[in-house]
Amino acid sequence: MRYLPLTNDDRQAMLAKIGVRHIDDLFRDVPKGDLNPEIDLPRHQSEMSVERQLSRMAAKNISAGSVPFFVGAGAYKHHVPATVDHMIQRGEFLTAYTPYQPEIAQGTLQYLFEFQTLVAQLTGMDVANASMYDGSTATAEAVMMARRATRKKRAIMAGSLHAHYKAVVETTTQFTDDEIVSLSSSPTDPEAELQAAIDAIDDTTSCVVVQNPGVNGSVLDLTRVAEAAHAHKALLIVVVTEVVSLGLIKSPGEMGADIVVGEGQSIGNGLNFGGPYLGLFATNQKYVRQMPGRLCGKTIDADGNEGFVLTLSTREQHIRREKATSNICTNSGLCSLAFTVHMSLLGEKGLRQLALVNHKRTCELRDALNSIDGVEVLNNTFFNEITVRLSRPAAAVVDTLAADGVLAGVPMSRLYPDDKVDDLLILAATETVTSDDISTLAAKLKEALS
Amino acid sequence: MSMNSQGRPTMPTPSNDTSEMEPVFQSFSGHRGLRLAEPLIFELGTCHTTGVDVEDAGDFELSIGDVERTAEIGCPGLSEPDAVRHFTRLSRRNYGIDMGVFPLGSCTMKHNPRLNEKMARLPGFGDIHPLQPVSSVQGALELMDELSHWITTLTGMPAVALSPKAGAHGELCGVMAIRAALEARGDAREVVLCPESAHGTNPATAAFCGYKVKSIPAQDNGRVDLQALKEALDDTVAAVMITNPNTCGLFESEIKEIADAIHQAGAFFYCDGANFNAIMGKARPGDLGVDAMHLNLHKTFSTPHGGGGPGSGPVVFSEALKDFAPMPYVVKEGDAFTLVEDGDTKSLGRLTAYHGQMGMYVRALSYMLSHGADGIKQAAEDAVLNANYVLASLSDVMSASFEGPCMHEALFDDRFLKDTGVTTLDFAKAMIDEGYHPMTMYFPLVVHGAMLVEPTETESKYNMDQFIRSMRGLAEEAREGKVARFEGAPYFAPWKRLDETQAARQPVLRHPVAEAAE
Repeated sequence: MRYLPLTNDDRQAMLAKIGVRHIDDLFRDVPKGDLNPEIDLPRHQSEMSVERQLSRMAAKNISAGSVPFFVGAGAYKHHVPATVDHMIQRGEFLTAYTPYQPEIAQGTLQYLFEFQTLVAQLTGMDVANASMYDGSTATAEAVMMARRATRKKRAIMAGSLHAHYKAVVETTTQFTDDEIVSLSSSPTDPEAELQAAIDAIDDTTSCVVVQNPGVNGSVLDLTRVAEAAHAHKALLIVVVTEVVSLGLIKSPGEMGADIVVGEGQSIGNGLNFGGPYLGLFATNQKYVRQMPGRLCGKTIDADGNEGFVLTLSTREQHIRREKATSNICTNSGLCSLAFTVHMSLLGEKGLRQLALVNHKRTCELRDALNSIDGVEVLNNTFFNEITVRLSRPAAAVVDTLAADGVLAGVPMSRLYPDDKVDDLLILAATETVTSDDISTLAAKLKEALS
Repeated sequence: MSMNSQGRPTMPTPSNDTSEMEPVFQSFSGHRGLRLAEPLIFELGTCHTTGVDVEDAGDFELSIGDVERTAEIGCPGLSEPDAVRHFTRLSRRNYGIDMGVFPLGSCTMKHNPRLNEKMARLPGFGDIHPLQPVSSVQGALELMDELSHWITTLTGMPAVALSPKAGAHGELCGVMAIRAALEARGDAREVVLCPESAHGTNPATAAFCGYKVKSIPAQDNGRVDLQALKEALDDTVAAVMITNPNTCGLFESEIKEIADAIHQAGAFFYCDGANFNAIMGKARPGDLGVDAMHLNLHKTFSTPHGGGGPGSGPVVFSEALKDFAPMPYVVKEGDAFTLVEDGDTKSLGRLTAYHGQMGMYVRALSYMLSHGADGIKQAAEDAVLNANYVLASLSDVMSASFEGPCMHEALFDDRFLKDTGVTTLDFAKAMIDEGYHPMTMYFPLVVHGAMLVEPTETESKYNMDQFIRSMRGLAEEAREGKVARFEGAPYFAPWKRLDETQAARQPVLRHPVAEAAE
């Protein structure tokens, strides 16, 4: 077996040194009848054979890059520069552990410090942590942090929040006495959706959670939600599932957010069928000690040289145990490196250009769809995603187009099966979408709806 | 000296006079040969530079409403050559498994096969969207189903939930399923028992689920005290969380009696499977009375740790708990696969957006297929053999905490350093000078100055012998009172000991705004 270096001679010599005759003498604490069970699985295989088997499975899937592709709703197909993947595959990054020994982990620690700064800048907040699992679990952590910070337990989730994110918050808090108020989505009227969230805020409210751009793609100014929340000593949590939008849209910090969480997948990370992704978590200085997750901080070494360490760990489970701010341990280290490399390549200039191209493509998509009978674009504002009403159930239309080699988007009913949204379709257009892709989509859609 | 709660010093001791090793001059560049200085990207790049050629969007009418971002963000850009150089230079300050033995106990730093990386990057896995029509991702669902088959077969458990994102998330999933099952029978209960030696995530998870955490003591032989456990068990106890093999590197020899006692009290047995690496193919938790257990794909099944994630923490369930598993899950109907994403009213709910860590599923299955049932069993045996070889080779110069063989990791404490002035931390830092990543230090908390050594199965005997030679050398010098190499170690690392106290007292968590690149 190619991954196991010990030879049988080695094994015998080592057993002799240990002073036992058989390997099972070392497993003597396992109950006798339970040792060495029959395991009905195939034997080991060569690299070539495994590659063949897995490639066959992979070939059964339609990859985003192989077809006109408009699927978004919280995960986005972007071009990732070759440099990013090359850098994250360097063994010194890939095969390192969490940087508990800072003298030999300054590579990881410095990029985490850079990552934290980049996330703080993009979100317009003071500080960011070294990442969470993904945007949805970051949102649940933010709701619990708001409870700690305000000592109140009523959390309001606006209709604009992705259904999975709502579900994760509800699941995660189901055994606490938090009260989660989940407002229904109204994709046709995002302003009303926002007003409903504002109206729900009262003095018992710990936080109001708003997604921007919303799940239907609409972009809103959240300043008045922030004002309403702060008037009741509640926190505004802003969720950003498309972080490229921050290159073009005013930051949540500028709009008055107290906590910003997000899905960082769009920068540097592939679609990966939903994971691994990258949870972003940023807040203001006064809440630092309430934050979940790892933080990297600057310090000096014994010779006075600047360096970095993991810090404020007295918030964390390995020190505080049952009194920790979160149970999180492993986070998304390598995904945060991919983000940092991609952001370093883009810079502010490249990010803004990228955001503009995304928006422009989506304007083209809107115009193309508006010209089709049986399609009504619902958005007045958007970044790179829009919701349309179709004259037929969206799920069936999506299946028809998929069979015809076009991945047309996400039927709203897949996210909100209990709402009456069968005719709504969410479509995203990033820089990877071409004019030809849009024409193809329009033609196929016209055909399917006629 | 400042100490943190584990008794670990947090202030660096001043470094010894190392003038013999140091040159008398400084370079003009700040570099030191191959030790290349590297500033932050904020000091290197500018906001007007970009290393990506994005097309110019030209003039067009925006439809974003009245919220255009006009203020400078402050994110610098680097050209591609500068970016490659920056991150390459940073990488060289890191230690990884690819560079040498990484005996970090309880973390299982085994070789990360590159085939797995290649497979995860096949466009059919890496470039598919979680919300594509199910008909367009049949191969992905097949992979999840196949991985589930391997996991349930290896653990002897009837069901697995793949979606938890990491070990701690898996614990959360497991304890939530337990609570859901208890509430379903109208018996919520309020206490979770954890051994003193438990990983910190165990009590943190139980508290997260609204339980009071009570500690159960260990016997002198490092195992759970069955009698004390029985006395602590009553009808208020919801679950007992036990790591097996435990964090002392020992198999809980009375595990079946423990499971019986737990079940007799009407409680559930949560097994922390962080150390499944030691027993995969050798014993099945399903045969031992376990109700729920998470696996760390990034430990046991070799998906890379990546400097702190991403991980993946699937949870296996017993018959009593499987109906409460989270959504989504894959169902096979004939030759077709479907995804259940909502509507299962018994399920504890959704723990993450989408379907979990697909990229890790591919890597883990690639590992399993490569090893096969025979190779997986051999890997467990070799991991245990390597750890016992370390234990046997060092027991005369270091103090092993418990008698008898260990499983996949050998636990020492600091008794052998008594009166030497050398601490566990000093010893760990001296290992850095020897070219090794230190072992886990000051964990588990049940022995004083713990040193937990886990070599894993992917180290050769040659590597083990070299490692043992260094460890013996260090132990003997410490005991002989030759402490120079320990005080202020590491000497040969690019950084000396870093001041954790200062970092925590005046936290600097980002590059300052005022100094951001122009």
